[in-house]
Amino acid sequence: MTPAIELIGIDKRFGSVHANKDVSLAIAPGSIHGIIGENGAGKSTLMSILFGFYHADSGEIRIKGKPVRIRSSSDAIALGIGMVHQHFMLVEPFTVLENVVLGSEGGALIGPALAKARAELVRLANDYELEVDPDAIVGELPVGLQQRVEILKALFRGAETLILDEPTGVLTPDEADHLFRILGTLRDQGKTVILITHKLREIIAITDHVSVMRRGEVVATRETMQTDVMELAELMVGRHVLMRVEKGPSTPGETVLEVKNLTWKDRKGIARVDNVSFSVRKGEIVGIAGVSGNGQSELLDVIAGITRPTSGQVIFEGKDIGILGDPRHVRAEGLAHVPEDRQHRGLIGSFDAAESAILGWHHLESLGKGFRLDRDKVIARARTEMDEFDVRPPDPLLKSSKFSGGNQQKLIIAREIRSNPDLLIVGQPTRGVDIGAIEYIHKRIIQLRDEGKAVLLVSVELDEIRSMSDRILVMFAGRVMGERGPGASERELGLLMAGVGQDAA
Amino acid sequence: MMQSRGELPHWVDVGLIPLINLTVALAVSGLIVIIIGENPVEAMWIMLKGAVGSLKGWGYLLYYATTFVFTGLAVAVAFHAGLFNIGGEGQAYMAGVGAATVGLGLEFLPWPILIPLAILASMAMGAFWAWIPGVLQAKRGSHIVITTIMFNFIAASLVGYLINYWFRPVGKMAVESREITGAYIMSAREVAREFFGVRIASSPLNFSVFLALIAAWAVWYLLWRTKLGYEIRALGANPAAAVYAGIRPDRIIIIAMVISGALAGLVPVNEILGVQHRLVLGYVGGAGFVGIAVALMGRSHPVGILLAAMLFGLLYQGGSELSFAKPEINRDMVVVIQGLVILFMGALEYAFRPWVAALFFKVEGK
Repeated sequence: MTPAIELIGIDKRFGSVHANKDVSLAIAPGSIHGIIGENGAGKSTLMSILFGFYHADSGEIRIKGKPVRIRSSSDAIALGIGMVHQHFMLVEPFTVLENVVLGSEGGALIGPALAKARAELVRLANDYELEVDPDAIVGELPVGLQQRVEILKALFRGAETLILDEPTGVLTPDEADHLFRILGTLRDQGKTVILITHKLREIIAITDHVSVMRRGEVVATRETMQTDVMELAELMVGRHVLMRVEKGPSTPGETVLEVKNLTWKDRKGIARVDNVSFSVRKGEIVGIAGVSGNGQSELLDVIAGITRPTSGQVIFEGKDIGILGDPRHVRAEGLAHVPEDRQHRGLIGSFDAAESAILGWHHLESLGKGFRLDRDKVIARARTEMDEFDVRPPDPLLKSSKFSGGNQQKLIIAREIRSNPDLLIVGQPTRGVDIGAIEYIHKRIIQLRDEGKAVLLVSVELDEIRSMSDRILVMFAGRVMGERGPGASERELGLLMAGVGQDAA
Repeated sequence: MMQSRGELPHWVDVGLIPLINLTVALAVSGLIVIIIGENPVEAMWIMLKGAVGSLKGWGYLLYYATTFVFTGLAVAVAFHAGLFNIGGEGQAYMAGVGAATVGLGLEFLPWPILIPLAILASMAMGAFWAWIPGVLQAKRGSHIVITTIMFNFIAASLVGYLINYWFRPVGKMAVESREITGAYIMSAREVAREFFGVRIASSPLNFSVFLALIAAWAVWYLLWRTKLGYEIRALGANPAAAVYAGIRPDRIIIIAMVISGALAGLVPVNEILGVQHRLVLGYVGGAGFVGIAVALMGRSHPVGILLAAMLFGLLYQGGSELSFAKPEINRDMVVVIQGLVILFMGALEYAFRPWVAALFFKVEGK
């Protein structure tokens, strides 16, 4: 059978980031095809290429066997592709009817289009269990119904293939179930559905086929019936072959960091970090494993003082630093932080390397007395750091954004380790970093441990966690599911990561 | 290695593109002059000669430029913190109240004390008028563009009221304060005559021009040689990284606005203490808005701002000469030309950039 959509050799780079690497994918007509992968795996980029938001650097798209060029979203719509975005593209003060018609008014007067749309909405509602009051104001509808309006919009434009980007992220479980029923009906009526998600259960519950993406590549495509949560989790996180890390046994000393019943709720009141307790001792590396988006980022932010805990304590060397809620004070206490997202937070792209190399430490008196910032000292400091950590090119005046990912990361690690911290917290130290730099970064972190410092490592790379950590905590849905030794099997950790825990800690 | 798109050499961004913009602005102005029925080359020549052809022309050029340096720096400091301060006009206007209050109220003091005090009061009042929108932005999230625009209107009415009901001496017809004699900054001409017995061409140029140079240097030092400047630039360039670094956005927003307002508050030193010698209505005359164009054109760097301010000084002075020489090209016409320059240098700053980039890479590729 000819695939409804075929992507062949799609390749896309954004500067130094290789977002899609030679991706090939065939979607069978009348099926639900899941695309699963962690944040940043390249799912959304791939779908944006299919929908005409981005243009692939190379590769081909075929629809029903015919090669097509999709230059814009209107091309995609004309080819029968509809997309429901993670963040809805709705005009909130408009009615459902007005939103559905938007972009296909077909004339100077709105009346005829609205009448036609009203009839069509009734038909769609009957066919697909998609009831929405056409005259309701979209902004006043609950999120689940707003999403339904998005689906209606796509169908109204004659979509044969519907792409849904993380559709359940904003839904309650009930709404999600209803969405799945709708998707099932759509499939039974011959529509093709592409479901992008990072939630394993959804894939198992609803899809016919599933493709796993990792680091911009499709690493596997399976029939959903023939796979399970475990296998998918492993594929997502990857069994990336790392060089064995040279490391002796740890000799843990006294407790440096103690997290007690820590909870952090977001603005909607959802506990993203849920009653977490653990401790880190001198001379050990504690790894936090988990599929991304399970509260690790939020936990790091609270410990680093960027956000204040909703409840609970972060005790660092006997002091509750949680209440400080100020990264500057937390640093002064002897804590260094390598952030998860170096581009976004770790450095300032438009600053030169020397200026990025003092970010967060720019108050030091050694960089200038009082209010002054001594340019020569800033450059000299960057130069020593670049030499010591082998940052290439070793040019302190080069703009930070011009360095490769690995060298940017080395610059940040140099900055944080240089401060001689009692505790280093590191998020995704090797994400988007080349092999050579990975090895080096690992070596330096272990060296820090051997000097008797404490390290808290968060990574979604299971191999990294297993080879680096002296103790492993697994987070799922904001909670610590359990603690394991470094010898724990992938299967054991994978189960915890999928939320199947025998001993919730 | 082929440079990726959007990475042009520095000189193209700072030199070539502004030059193209300026040329296009002047070309369009030329077209308008032709439509009116005048010779654009002749008009251009009159402008140029009127501004830089005599010492008097230079005097006026630098006098205008002084004010534009102050407002341009004000916009630039806020801009480095990621804030678009549209309120330079109102801050400069309010600052005049500070300068005049001290200048008139403490006139028993000797001038070496009184003038610095009047300058400080002027800056403080400008800073205060920027502090309120700064606090509203930092603590309440009220958009700085909206609040500063509104504060321009409030300042316009408030200063008008104050001049009329507070500063205007009883019985005086003109809506202005009495003469500020104590905090009187002499013009270059008066200094030359009084102290050196030399006659030079008459112009409003005064000591403030040095203040403009000092202010430009101080802004450069603040932004690139102090920890506070580092924090301001970090916040403007990448707020998420700034928060990670422990920089408090609310604090920096307020501080940057206060500094910005204080710089705008230097305008009355030139206009009131240096030229008018009394608080008059509407003396800012749009210089606050010209400052936006100056800062954009000068890439928010003090050196660029000095150069851009001189260009606008040239347009202002040359423009007045032109309207004297050619009655058909009246004052409004000159405003149109200035407007076109602002349009092409500011609002359409990047209009020709993709085109230049494409051409540049084509040439480089070969």
